Amino acid sequence: MGRKRIILLIGLLSVLIAVTVWITEKDKLRYMTPKSYSEIASQTWNHLKMVGLAELLAIGLGVPLGILITRPGIERFSGPIAGAVNIGQSLPSLAVVAIMAPLFGYGVKSAVIALFIYALLPVFRNSYAGIRDINPSIIEAGRGMGMSRGQIAWKIELPLARPVIIAGIRTSTVVCVGTATLAVLIGGDGLGAIILAGVFTNIPLLTLQGAAPAAILAIVLDVMLERCENWMTPRGLKV
Amino acid sequence: MEVWQYINSHWPLIGHWTVQHLWLVLVSNVMAGGLGLGIGIFISGEGRDEVADTTLYLAEMLMTVPSLALFGLLMPLLYAIGLPSIGALPAVIALVLYGQLPVLRNTYIAIKGVEPAMIEAARGMGMSKRQILRTVKLPLAVPVIMAGLRQAVVMNIGVAAIAVFIGAGGLGVPIFRGLRNSRMDMIITGAVFVSLLALIVDGLLAIMEKLMTPRGIRR
Repeated sequence: MGRKRIILLIGLLSVLIAVTVWITEKDKLRYMTPKSYSEIASQTWNHLKMVGLAELLAIGLGVPLGILITRPGIERFSGPIAGAVNIGQSLPSLAVVAIMAPLFGYGVKSAVIALFIYALLPVFRNSYAGIRDINPSIIEAGRGMGMSRGQIAWKIELPLARPVIIAGIRTSTVVCVGTATLAVLIGGDGLGAIILAGVFTNIPLLTLQGAAPAAILAIVLDVMLERCENWMTPRGLKV
Repeated sequence: MEVWQYINSHWPLIGHWTVQHLWLVLVSNVMAGGLGLGIGIFISGEGRDEVADTTLYLAEMLMTVPSLALFGLLMPLLYAIGLPSIGALPAVIALVLYGQLPVLRNTYIAIKGVEPAMIEAARGMGMSKRQILRTVKLPLAVPVIMAGLRQAVVMNIGVAAIAVFIGAGGLGVPIFRGLRNSRMDMIITGAVFVSLLALIVDGLLAIMEKLMTPRGIRR
């Protein structure tokens, strides 16, 4: 959907960055802290590293946990757990990030922990919902064919729940890229450092140099995950 | 311990920040709700699929801009047109921009999701298009629209905390000051109070959502 528009938008943002770099380098006296391409690139890379690490941890824990609480026997805990997750999701991002400073001190580590917690919830919730909402008659059919529980999970439940799970991962990634701009407050790095410098010194170009790469990063990751989903869809389910 | 001491000796200040915070969110979400509802109804009209597609897409693009960055970008824009570039105004503008998306999206989805048979029945009763919208589509869409509004308000309580960077006050103030000065008691106080605010408002809106559901479609 809308690939042309995405390319258009990324192009537009890239031009904006190029213009700001050009202006700041031309007029160094007025905009005292110009950022070079290499600095923007390295902060984008730092940003991506934090988000990537947090997201991988969130997927690694969220998906199995989401599946686990739909298993018979553990099922009865699913109500309270889902409730707790919903509560967790309404917590403000600044609060989650800030509370890491007293808990784990200042540094990249606490930033990643905060991002991980924030990214975990949508992944977990969607994995749970995706498995829960599968039509029971399909599972019944699998059982009728003599499939074991493991086979049912691997061959029926996971493939059918996959779109919902990936939707959760996409949401969580986009949110995570935005939240990661706050990481700089507790000693992390990333594009937030550039944005914050711009906000504090009231130099809009600087803010833009941090904001545009962050937005591009979010869009690119989102599109990549969408592709990934398309590529993982079993042939029998493709429309 | 320290936290208790801080809270105990700063009740009036915390109250002031809370009121400031709520006020920001309230003002901006009333506007965002109206705006989102209006646009959502407009783009769900017949023959506006193209417009709807683009609008929803743009609204979602807006959500990928980090809130911190949006605040930073609004400052020079407002300054350029001669309005105050720090304080409540840029905060409210940003909150309206963020808050209208969930309402807009849910309004659109809900109106589009009304069963065609019901619309057909209304048409069969001789209702005009406006009557169908007012007496059939909108009441049926209320629960979904309210869910969108709730999502928007809770999200904006979080975004409003970040508005402290442009001097809008609110419960972000103790968090921000605490982070700058390594005052753990202030950080914890701010984080706890803003989280509580989000949870309480979320709960209240959930109740309101139930109350506003038309009786005929309650479960």
